[in-house]
Amino acid sequence: MIRHLLSGADLDADTATLVLDTAAEMATVAGREVKKLPALRGRTVVNLFYEDSTRTRISFEAAAKRLSADVINFSAKGSSVTKGESLKDTALTLQAMGADAVVVRHPASGAPHRLADWVDGSVVNAGDGTHEHPTQALLDAYTMRSRLGRLAGLHVAIVGDVLHSRVARSNVLLLTTLGAKVTLVGPPTLIPVDIATALAPGIDVSYDLDTVAPGVDVVMMLRVQRERMSDSYFPSAREYARRYGLDGPRMRRLPEHAIVMHPGPMNRGMEITPEVADSPRSTIVEQVANGVSVRMAVLYLLLGGSNR
Amino acid sequence: MAYPPAAHSSPPRQPSVKVILAAADVSRVVDRIAHQILEKTQGAADTVLLGIPTRGVPLARRLAARISTFEDVTVPVGVLDITLYRDDLRRHATRAVGPTDLPPGGIDGRRVVLVDDVLFSGRTVRAALDALSDVGRPASVQLAVLVDRGHRQLPIRADYVGKNIPTALAENVKVTLAETDGEDEVRLFGGEPA
Repeated sequence: MIRHLLSGADLDADTATLVLDTAAEMATVAGREVKKLPALRGRTVVNLFYEDSTRTRISFEAAAKRLSADVINFSAKGSSVTKGESLKDTALTLQAMGADAVVVRHPASGAPHRLADWVDGSVVNAGDGTHEHPTQALLDAYTMRSRLGRLAGLHVAIVGDVLHSRVARSNVLLLTTLGAKVTLVGPPTLIPVDIATALAPGIDVSYDLDTVAPGVDVVMMLRVQRERMSDSYFPSAREYARRYGLDGPRMRRLPEHAIVMHPGPMNRGMEITPEVADSPRSTIVEQVANGVSVRMAVLYLLLGGSNR
Repeated sequence: MAYPPAAHSSPPRQPSVKVILAAADVSRVVDRIAHQILEKTQGAADTVLLGIPTRGVPLARRLAARISTFEDVTVPVGVLDITLYRDDLRRHATRAVGPTDLPPGGIDGRRVVLVDDVLFSGRTVRAALDALSDVGRPASVQLAVLVDRGHRQLPIRADYVGKNIPTALAENVKVTLAETDGEDEVRLFGGEPA
């Protein structure tokens, strides 16, 4: 097993499958009376969050607690960071406190990679800038596999702001490793074609959701980040919603079995309509539940043994 | 010349391998344990067999099959994975977690018979007891093993023992079963030359 999880590319097909299989066993714990396992007793997991987050932080916290690890939550607001402490000094502080794993979210792409050089424990990237978010990709892959029964050969359309999306990047890397076919869909201004196609072999790019929709097994809608809406990547929110938003009629043109995913938080009415988000094809609530199982699997596989 | 203890991966073939139970013996021993379970549990009423992976699982299935042949009762069989409850997790590379699969009726209020191939230090059984208390509350717990080789490190004993094998610590008992290894056999490695 690897020591850190920084990128979707850190996992080869066997390791990624091991994570998903382990997550499936971890998921059974959620249905038990005692939702706790002793595997990480005495280990300390620090959640180091320099960016606001609800679901990811809570998900990692729940995962670590279900494995009996001690959890320390650190958010940049209200910490010494506001007094000017650097990432490195914060890391050394955590190191001195004996953190076995640091789960880090940071607005700067690459921050977790730097952190991994400074601490002895494992580093898990929980989202860095516009770079990567590997546990999101794992939970998405897990959700696809549990809904559709397989990953190899699936056709996945990732729709929206690919340029700024760490979710898209990690998903492209992981899904292609696991044998799925990925098509990136969005306005030309939000798809860096040369970069996207260089990420992994066999990536397709399309600017027209309606031509792609009938042939996909999975549609993954990306959040339109509000701060981008005024940056003239597209003419108006309404035009974006019209061309790349998923509404009821468009959803009905998907194949019968296709599922609709969204990493959250959603802009209802923008990239996805409430009708779609609340339909039985939507896996959005499942994705949150699966997130805990997948993060349990990651923490167990990184911290459970002596291979550190 | 002294014979070194058998390595786990490549046991020396001669002369330190001894077959303790051959295929026919294994089958007789399983039959006997099945009878003993029936006797001690008044016909296996309200009883659940839980196999501890890897080889406890096929053993539990065989016991249930024999019990239903002898007395025409169906005993539910399940699987109890103990990986996350082991006390040596940190001493080894991360172990893969296997499925825990309880029978549909669950184990609450029932008599659970844990089934494993070899009883040695007792640590596996301790882990199984911990795992059990997290998935339910059985009325009572018993233990059935194919082989008891001694050297307990915890206050644990088996209720049903297929075969007691006195061993030295350096020796190694290896159980193979048709379902997992292709053939039924119990062998002792690294013993005194015959």
